Amino acid sequence: MKNLLEHMGVEADRLHFSWISSAESTKFVKVVTEITEKVKAIGPNQHFVKQAAKVA
Amino acid sequence: MTAYTEKIREIAQRLLKECKVEMVIGFRAGTMPMMNEPCFIRKPDQADQLVWDSNCGINLANYLTNRKEGKIGIVAKGCDSRNIVNHILENKIQRDQVVVIGVPCLGMIDKRKITRETEGEILAVTETDGKVSVQTAGGETTFDKADVLQSNCRVCTHRNPVIHDEMAGDPVAEQTDVDPYADVKAIEAMSTEDKWNFFDELLSPCIRCYACRNACPLCYCPTCFVDESKPQWVGKSQDPLDIRTFHFLRAYHCAGRCTDCGACERACPVGINMRVLTKKLNKDCLEQYGWEAGLSLDSRPALDIYNPNDPDEFIK
Repeated sequence: MKNLLEHMGVEADRLHFSWISSAESTKFVKVVTEITEKVKAIGPNQHFVKQAAKVA
Repeated sequence: MTAYTEKIREIAQRLLKECKVEMVIGFRAGTMPMMNEPCFIRKPDQADQLVWDSNCGINLANYLTNRKEGKIGIVAKGCDSRNIVNHILENKIQRDQVVVIGVPCLGMIDKRKITRETEGEILAVTETDGKVSVQTAGGETTFDKADVLQSNCRVCTHRNPVIHDEMAGDPVAEQTDVDPYADVKAIEAMSTEDKWNFFDELLSPCIRCYACRNACPLCYCPTCFVDESKPQWVGKSQDPLDIRTFHFLRAYHCAGRCTDCGACERACPVGINMRVLTKKLNKDCLEQYGWEAGLSLDSRPALDIYNPNDPDEFIK
């Protein structure tokens, strides 16, 4: 799915997958921090946003 | 080609006469040139309606889904036979319910390309020895068949049926010097922005008629996700984003199942090549799982089984 989204022009860093056990709190924090940093770096999503409907 | 037609008629007639099948699904000539239509032959004396030429691009496996009426004979070229295998693996039909009449295929012709390159109404299209001649009101034009093949046939590497009970001809040589994924690689090489714009451009003419879905033998869900309203999975409007989401999800539903038969592109009234999406998934399946859909009855599809060595680089 990630590959196909990237193929369609969605930035690679926008979608992340991780498997974290309920006992892995430190891993959770680490992953969330990483994701936040990466998403902040690419900035707000410009593409996959639905603009207001055009009314003729 | 006429030899194939003769042979298919003979096989169909024999199967029906000997009551080996209830009906034979094949092609008959359509009302317009290059528009052969699927037909269901139930009596031996109807078998002479069957034809075979390079306009049999529709995937007949589509007509097998959930059939209950006894045994069915079906005319199948390479890609159709792979879809029949898919159907069997997905329990949409049982192997002993079908008698596959295999037809080695040399590719189907792209009717849009011919219409584009000729002027005026096309009156007749005939083919002999790798040449296709098109008669229009203005005269006759002859093409090399290789130049007017459907784009998926041009890079096809499975021309011969993978399963068959009868054969309408000797197997043909498979193409080995083609790169099936050249177009996907070209898109992969683009930047994110270019990719986005490429698909914007590609999908902009889409009118969401869902012909691609209807022509596809993989799309047999009783209620398609696009038709459902509780819950509503995807916006139903003509908004470019809704269109894109539809095509994304449609392609993804075909992951690990698509045989690149080209039925979707062929059915599209505005000629969108949505195969660049399904082909990307085919390529990923091949590279990551060594899987090509519909080649064998003995192995389960890539997304159907778990293997400890499955690629998992995407999971952090």
